[in-house]
Amino acid sequence: MLGSATKRAVPEEKRAEMTDSRAAGATSTEPVTKAAGRPAKTIETRGVNLFYGDFHAVEEVTMTIEPNKVTALIGSSGCGKTTFLRSLNRMHELTPGARVEGVVTLDGEDVYDSRVDPVAVRRLIGMVFQQPNPFPTMSIYDNVAAGLNLNSTKISKAQKDGVVERSLRGAHLWEEVKDRLDKPGGGLSGGQQQRLCIARAIAVEPEVLLMDEPCSALDPVATLAVEDLIGELKSRYTIVIVTHNMQQAARASDVTAFFNLDETGKPGHLVEMGPTEAIFTNPNEKETEDYVSGRFG
Amino acid sequence: MESSVQNQSAFGTSSSSRLLASGLGWRRRGVNTMMTVLIAGAFVLAMIPLFSLVFEVAKRGIPGLSLEFFTEDARGVVGGGGASHAIMGTLIITGVASVISVPIGIMAAIYLNEYGTGRLRRALTFFVDVMTGIPSIVAGLFAYALFEIFFGPGIRLGVMGSVALSLLMIPIVIRSAEEVLKVVPNHLREASYALGTPKWKTITKVVLPTAFAGLVTGVMIAIARIVGETAPLLVTTGVVDSMNTDPFNGRMQNLAVYAYNEYRSPGVMKQAAYDKAWAAALTLIAIVMILNVAARLVYRRYKTEIR
Repeated sequence: MLGSATKRAVPEEKRAEMTDSRAAGATSTEPVTKAAGRPAKTIETRGVNLFYGDFHAVEEVTMTIEPNKVTALIGSSGCGKTTFLRSLNRMHELTPGARVEGVVTLDGEDVYDSRVDPVAVRRLIGMVFQQPNPFPTMSIYDNVAAGLNLNSTKISKAQKDGVVERSLRGAHLWEEVKDRLDKPGGGLSGGQQQRLCIARAIAVEPEVLLMDEPCSALDPVATLAVEDLIGELKSRYTIVIVTHNMQQAARASDVTAFFNLDETGKPGHLVEMGPTEAIFTNPNEKETEDYVSGRFG
Repeated sequence: MESSVQNQSAFGTSSSSRLLASGLGWRRRGVNTMMTVLIAGAFVLAMIPLFSLVFEVAKRGIPGLSLEFFTEDARGVVGGGGASHAIMGTLIITGVASVISVPIGIMAAIYLNEYGTGRLRRALTFFVDVMTGIPSIVAGLFAYALFEIFFGPGIRLGVMGSVALSLLMIPIVIRSAEEVLKVVPNHLREASYALGTPKWKTITKVVLPTAFAGLVTGVMIAIARIVGETAPLLVTTGVVDSMNTDPFNGRMQNLAVYAYNEYRSPGVMKQAAYDKAWAAALTLIAIVMILNVAARLVYRRYKTEIR
C-alpha cells in the first residue's frame, strides 16, 4: 500500500515551491515523504455494529464513502455518528470495552484484518477532533512536525521545513504564524488552533481525513475559514465530517448521511445517504425530512 | 411567559415586598462573622507549632554553624570537628535512593495509569497504598536483612541506607506520578494516536513531557520526605566520624543520625555537641526547604497549560 506512491503534482505544492526556494529545493529533488501525492481512497463499510461493553451503540451501517468528496454525517446527539467515525480509523477500540463487528475497507483492504496494525491504519486515515488539541508542550513548528517526529520518519531539517510550510499553507495558517513558528501552539486563537490541528493531520499525508465536529468550538468567522479549507482539501483527500450544524452540512458537503435512533438506549442506525442537495431538499425518508427541516425533537 | 406574569404581579402588589421581608439579615451576618473568626483562628493555631519549631531550631542551630561545620569531618577530634561527612553522606545516600526510586516509581505509575487494567491494577494500587504505610524502621531492617544474606552479619554500607530509603520513597513517587499522569487530558493521547503514533511513543513524547513539571515536583517532595529519616539509617549505614564518599564501601554518616548521635553521646564538651546537633537539624530543614522551593520554581517554569 505504501509502495503505490505516485508523484502527483498538486497545485498546492507547486505554489509553495514557487514562493519559497528553500522548500522547492526540498520538494522537487527528492520525495519529501514516502506518501507525497498519494491519491485519495474509498472507504466502504458493510454491516458495521459498534459496542461499548454491553451497550449496542451503532447498528448495521453499510455505506460507501467516495474519494475526493466531503461526506457529512448528521443526526441528533447520541445517535452514534462520532462512534461510527472513530471506528473508521480504529480509534473506537481505544475506549476500554469497545468492540467492532462488521467490515471496514480502505480501497478494498480490510482495516480490521487481524494482520493489520491499527497504528498503520491511523497513519493513512487522519483525524481532527472537536476540541482543538495542539500538544501543549510543543511549538507551532513542532506541532505540525509532530507526526513526522513521533513516527521517527527520517528526513532532513530542510525537508521537514518544507513539510511544515506546505502543511501550514494547506491549512491556510502560514501567513498568520510564519513569524512565530517557535512559539507554543496553545497561544493561538481557537480557530487558529483548529487549523493548526488540521495542518498537523495533513503533514503526515493521510489518504482520508476524519473530522469530528471540527467547528463546534469555533466562532462563525473561524468556522467559515475551516469550511473553506475543507472545500479545498477535498481535491486531495477523502473527507468525512461529523456535524451538528445543518447549514454546515449543506454548505460544506457533497454527500450527506443521516443517522438516527428510535429511542434513547437503542442503537443508532443509518437512515439514508445521498447527495447533499437531495437529502436537504427531497429526502426519501420522512424521518430525514423531519430532521433537516427542524421538526425533530 | 409564566415568569414574566409573576414578575408583574410582584411589582403590582407592593404592599408585601419580598425584598424587605427578612430585614437586613443581622443574624446571618453575625453567624458569618463568627465562622470567619473560627476558621481564621484554627489556621493561626495550626501555624503556631510550625513557626515556633522553625524559630527554635534556628535559635539553637545558628550558634553551632561555622565554616568548620561545613568543611571538616569529626575524625579523631574530641568535642570539635564539623559535619561535612554527614552532609556529604546525606546527599549521597539520598541521591542513590533517588536514582533507584525515580525510574522504578515513574515506570510503575506509567504502568498503573496507561497500561494496567482490572484486578491486577487494583491489587497493585492496594499494595502501593500498603507500602506507603510501612514504618521506616521496618524498611531499614529489611534492607539490613537483605544485605546480611550476601555480606554477613554486622554489614554497614551507604547503599544499604539508600535501598532502605527507596522502599519508603518508591510508593510516594508512584502515588504522586500517578496523580500527575491522570491529569494529562485524554484528547492529547488521542491526537497522538490519530497521527499513527505507537503507544510507547505517545507516552514518552506526549504524555511525559506534558506531565513533566508535576513529575519533577512530585519527585522533589518525595526526596524531601525521606531526607530526614533516621531509624532506617541507624541500622544500615551505621555511625562514623570520618568522611566516606563511597556508598559501596564502609559506614557512612548522615545528618539525621549525626544529630541523634551528638545528642545521645555528647562526650566531654556537652554544649558544643548539642549545638552541633541543632546545627545539623537546621541544615536538614534548610535542605528540605530548598527542595520545596526548587520544586515550586520548576513547576512554575515548566508547567504546561492544560485545558
